[in-house]
Amino acid sequence: MINKGSKVLLEVKNLRASVDGVEILKGVDLTVRAGEVHAIMGINGSGKSTFSKVLAGHPDYAVTGGTATFAGKDLFALEPEERAKAGLFLAFQYPVEIPGVSNSAFLRLAYNTLQTERGLEELDPLEFEDLVQEKLKVVEMDPSFLSRSVNEGFSGGEKKRNEILQMAVLEPTLAILDETDSGLDIDALRIVAHGVNSLLTSENGVVMVTHYQRLLNYIVPDYVHVMDGGRIVRTGGKDLALELEARGYDWLRAAA
Amino acid sequence: MSTALHNLVNQPYKHGFVTDIETESVPKGLSEDVIRMISKKKNEPEWLLEFRLGAYRHWLTMVEPAWANVSYPKMDFQEIIYFAQPKPKKQLASLDEVDPELRRTFEKLGVPLHEQKLMTGVAVDVIFDSVSVTTTYKAKLAEIGIIFCSFSEAVHDHPELVKQYLGSVVPSGDNFYAALNSAVFTDGSFCYIPKGTKCPMDLSTYFRINTEGSGQFERTLIIAEEGSSVCYLEGCTAPQFDTNQLHAAVVELVALDNADIKYSTVQNWYAGDENGKGGIYNFVTKRGLCKGINSKISWTQVETGSAITWKYPSCVLLGDNSIGEFYSVALTNHLQQADTGTKMIHVGKNTRSKIISKGISAGRSSNCYRGQVKVGSRAAGARNYSQCDSMLIGDRCAASTFPTIDVQNTTATIEHEASTSKIGEDQMFFFAQRGIGSEEAISMIINGFCKDVFVHLPMEFAVEATKLLGLKLEGSVG
Repeated sequence: MINKGSKVLLEVKNLRASVDGVEILKGVDLTVRAGEVHAIMGINGSGKSTFSKVLAGHPDYAVTGGTATFAGKDLFALEPEERAKAGLFLAFQYPVEIPGVSNSAFLRLAYNTLQTERGLEELDPLEFEDLVQEKLKVVEMDPSFLSRSVNEGFSGGEKKRNEILQMAVLEPTLAILDETDSGLDIDALRIVAHGVNSLLTSENGVVMVTHYQRLLNYIVPDYVHVMDGGRIVRTGGKDLALELEARGYDWLRAAA
Repeated sequence: MSTALHNLVNQPYKHGFVTDIETESVPKGLSEDVIRMISKKKNEPEWLLEFRLGAYRHWLTMVEPAWANVSYPKMDFQEIIYFAQPKPKKQLASLDEVDPELRRTFEKLGVPLHEQKLMTGVAVDVIFDSVSVTTTYKAKLAEIGIIFCSFSEAVHDHPELVKQYLGSVVPSGDNFYAALNSAVFTDGSFCYIPKGTKCPMDLSTYFRINTEGSGQFERTLIIAEEGSSVCYLEGCTAPQFDTNQLHAAVVELVALDNADIKYSTVQNWYAGDENGKGGIYNFVTKRGLCKGINSKISWTQVETGSAITWKYPSCVLLGDNSIGEFYSVALTNHLQQADTGTKMIHVGKNTRSKIISKGISAGRSSNCYRGQVKVGSRAAGARNYSQCDSMLIGDRCAASTFPTIDVQNTTATIEHEASTSKIGEDQMFFFAQRGIGSEEAISMIINGFCKDVFVHLPMEFAVEATKLLGLKLEGSVG
C-alpha cells in the first residue's frame, strides 16, 4: 500500500559509508513511510547488507557523508542501543549464538528495556511468559526454544525464525530484514513470511534486503529498489522484482 | 576492537592501597637460620621447627615445576621477605586494641572487625601479611566445641591436633611450593569441628598482603570430625606494587566419616597492570582428604586476580561412598595467566566426583584448565562427571584444556564434556541492536556462563562474584 500522506519513518539522503577505509555506500537515498514495505535487491557486493548494518550502527562501518533521520531523530547521532530503543530493528543475516543466556531471559530483558524506554510497565517472568507464548505462534516455534541458549544449536532456519520472534516481541517501528530468506526451505520461508505479514500495520514499516524474488511472492513490497555499486540505481513497484527474476541484473548495471 | 568493549575490561583495581603501618620483618632471603628465627619469633615447639627444617632440606633438592602453561622470569627466592608482621604495641586483649590503622584498612576492604557489626553471622579470621590479626566470634564458637583460631594459636593451644594432621593431606615434600610453604609458613587459620556438630555460621578467612617484597605463606587446616559439617569462605586482596609478590599457601582439609566440608574462595589478589607489570604469583596447594565413609568435600572458587595462578584444589576420596566436588570460575584479563583445575583421586568404593570448570579469557590473557581424574584399582563403582567450558572475549586471548583420565577399575564411569565459545563484537552488537547496553550484556553473558558454579557459592559471595567479574571485564568487549 502506498500512502503518500502517511508519516515518514526513515529518510536517508546521500548516504556514504566505508569499511576499513574502502567506500561501500556511495550516495544512497531512501524514504520509508508508515505502512510501507520496501525491498532492496542487488547482486553480492552491491552494498545492500552494508546499508542495513550502517543503519543499525554496526561499529565496523564508518559513515562518511549524508544524513539519516529516523522517527524525527538524527539516526547517526544515536548509539546502536538507542536506535533499537527508538524502534529500529535489524533481523540479522547471520544471527549470532549467545551461549549460556536463555532465549526467554534475553527476550524479556530486551522487551523490558523497550518498555521502560516507552514509559510502560516492565513484565515479570510470569507475565512475560504469557506474552511470549502468543508470539511463538506467529512463527510456529516450539516453546522448548525459549529455554535454550540464544541461537545455540539452532538450525539456520530456526535462527531466522528466532529473529522474527524477537521482532514480534519487540514490535519495532521499522524492521530491516537482512537476507532473512537465505538458507530457508520453502516451508520455513512461508512461515517467516506469514509471521512478518501478520506484524505489518499502518504504523510500521519493513525494509527487506534480498537476492531473490522468491521472498517477494510472500511479502509483497510496495517498492523495489535495485542497488548496484553502492547506489540505488532503479526504483519500481513489485513488477520490477519479476523483471529482475526474468532478465537478471546486467541490463540495469549497463543502464546505470 | 570497539572502545566500549575495550573500556569495559579495563576497570582499575580498587584494593591497591598500601597501609602505612610499622612492620617487623626478618631479613630477606631463606636459610636454616631464617627458619629458626621465624620459629623462635613464634615461640614454636621443637617438633614444628623439625617439620620446617625437614621441609626446607627437601625443598633444596627440588626444582621449580615447569610443566604449567605459564611463563615468568626466574624467581629469586633469596629476594623474598619470608616474615613480616604489623609491629604489636602490646599483647592484644580485645578487638578494641587492634591498631586503628589496621582496622581502617580492613574497613576499606569491607571486612568489619567489630563483632557487633557482623550482622551476616560470619566468623572471620583476618591475616595481614604473615600473621593473624584477629579472629571474631571465637568465644561463641568455643561454647559448642568448635575451635576457630589462627594457626599460631592452634600450635600452642591444641598441639596434639596440629601435630596429628599437619602435613597429613599435603606432605611437606609434596611439591616445590608446598615444601617452601612447609618450611616458612607464618600463620593461617585453624578450624576443628567436633563430632556431630554442624557449624552454625560460615567461617571465613580474609587474607591481605601489605608489605612490598614480602611473600605470603599461610597454612590453613580444617578438620571435620565424624558427622560434622562446616562452610568455609576465603577472600584475598593485595596492594598494587610494580614488583611481583609470591603467595604460596597450603590448605589441608580432612573430613572423617559422614562429615561435610564446603570451601569457597573469591580470589581478588592484585593482577598487575594492563601491561603485566606487578601482581601476585598465586602458587597454592589445596587438597582435601575424604578420609571417612560418606564424607564430602566441595571446593568452589572464583579466581579473578593474580598475575599468575597455579592452583589445583583437589580431593582424595579414600572413604567408601565419599564425594568430591570442584566448581570453578577463572577469569583472566590483560596479561594474566591462569593454570588451574583439580585432581580427583578415587581410592574407595563407590566414590563420586564432579568437576565444573568455567574459564573466561579476555585481553591478551591465557587461561588453562588442567585436571586429573584417577580411579584406583580398588575403587569399584567410582563415577566422575567433568565439564570444562571456556569463553574467549575478544580475539587476542587464549584458552586451553588439559584433562587427564587414568582409570584402573573397569566398573568406573567417567564422563567428560568440554566446550569453547567466543564473545566478540558481533555478540555485543546483537545485544545493542536489541536495546541492551554492553554492561548489561556482559553481565548477562557472564551470569549465564557461570551459573552452574555461582549456585554453589554462599549468597553474599555469589553477589560479590558477579559484581567482581563485571568490573574485571568492564571495557573488555569489542
